[in-house]
Amino acid sequence: MIIPCPFCGPRDLSEFAYCGDADNLAARPDPAASDQSSWNAFVYDRTNPAGDHAEIWQHAGGCRRHLRIVRNTVTHAISDVTMPGAKA
Amino acid sequence: MAEYSALSIVKNALTGNRDWKPAWRKPEPKPAYDVIIIGGGGHGLSTAYYLASEFGIRNVAVLEKGWVGSGNIGRNTTIVRSNYLLPGNTPFYEHSMKLWENLSHELNYNVMFSQRGIINLFHTPAQEDDHARRGNAMILQGVDARFVRPPELKRRVPALNLSGSSRFPVLGGLEQPRAGTARHDAVAWGYARGADRRGVDIIENCEVTGFVREGDQVTGVETSRGRIHARKVAAAVAGSTSRVMALAGINRLPIESHVLQAFVTESVKPCLDTVVTYGGGHLYISQSDKGSLVFGGDIDGYNSYAQRGNLPIVEDVMSEVLELFPAFAKLRLLRSWGGIMDMSMDGSPIIAKGPLPGLYLNAGWCYGGFKATPASGWCFAHTIARDEPHEFNAPFTLDRFHRGYVIDEKGQGATPWKH
Repeated sequence: MIIPCPFCGPRDLSEFAYCGDADNLAARPDPAASDQSSWNAFVYDRTNPAGDHAEIWQHAGGCRRHLRIVRNTVTHAISDVTMPGAKA
Repeated sequence: MAEYSALSIVKNALTGNRDWKPAWRKPEPKPAYDVIIIGGGGHGLSTAYYLASEFGIRNVAVLEKGWVGSGNIGRNTTIVRSNYLLPGNTPFYEHSMKLWENLSHELNYNVMFSQRGIINLFHTPAQEDDHARRGNAMILQGVDARFVRPPELKRRVPALNLSGSSRFPVLGGLEQPRAGTARHDAVAWGYARGADRRGVDIIENCEVTGFVREGDQVTGVETSRGRIHARKVAAAVAGSTSRVMALAGINRLPIESHVLQAFVTESVKPCLDTVVTYGGGHLYISQSDKGSLVFGGDIDGYNSYAQRGNLPIVEDVMSEVLELFPAFAKLRLLRSWGGIMDMSMDGSPIIAKGPLPGLYLNAGWCYGGFKATPASGWCFAHTIARDEPHEFNAPFTLDRFHRGYVIDEKGQGATPWKH
């Protein structure tokens, strides 16, 4: 699998570290105000789709940036790479 | 007379081997069953077998999308062991081991269960302490365990690199002598035949496309071969758990699907008569009766339903094989393949009622599902038949994550790609 890093260009999978479901990470409950059940859901529950999946990867062996990547979990094809938090 | 015996071989030879029955029928689905099991893999078939043989429920259908044994039951590295640390896991896997020890006889089907032992190597003093702790925990829970030191390792695993010059020199190993390997396809076929002969309908090429519900109650399934009703519907679909549960409106589960690769070399003369695991990384290797070396390592480490992996793990696993067994560099790799693991958030399985009334779930096997096949089916059948778990699977609930009762053998937390 080749991941197109917007800063370093197309690079091999082995340079990247996987950090998990991007939509789940972005939906972290407010640490001050949230209740136990939404924290449990955030920590443990996943949609785990077969198809397009938004996920965070770190280019650990390159620019060390965190990237938000939309990747198809059936074909491994990558359709979108952005910075986390950036507006689509 | 047993269906398969020396006598039946002679008898059938005399009649030109024309009278053998197929191992299972190819029935048309009936309109309704007492229990429908989704998934004709090892766990689904063993569940059907024990429902019929132990719990007297024979009006059962096993629905399989492809063909029997086409999923992870035919893709694993065939290792059977019960060398766990935590109280929630050990009684369950030891029950499985005891079922394995009698399985060929029970099924009248040679599953080629070979108790050749497993040796988990350790490479640092800290790791030695950790293995001693696990070994002691096993012994306290009635499981066999012993330490193996380099002089014995040299005798028993002659190909092993015991030189002090390796990156992580071998200091010794923790052995479970009763562990071993089994012929994985035979396990599926044996359970399939055993279930079939007790009246279970095994329906292949029948994909579940939806659930029939009355309110919350699940009352059947829609399939590619029509609607089938059932009083109880049980899912044992491994890496497809999230997909199948989504059909029932369950969109979030404590599971991620990941790809695990396995490898097999050309056949060579016997050179490794036990299972060896590498503690400096993650590798498990054994030699099949055919002579091939069968091995695997870590999952690829990202969500995948692809049933094929990527090259970094291939390189990683090969380097570990050569670290332990330099002589294997001369072997040619015949095949590699991938299977989809249902990685749970604590690395332990789920065998429970729910998440809807009338629905039962068997999932979260990570990459340890094969050794659990007998006990998983046995406990799942108990849960389905009695509507309550057996004490062996009582800890494996679906709601344990939200209640704070995780069984995290590796202490890794909710990062399923690291379990």
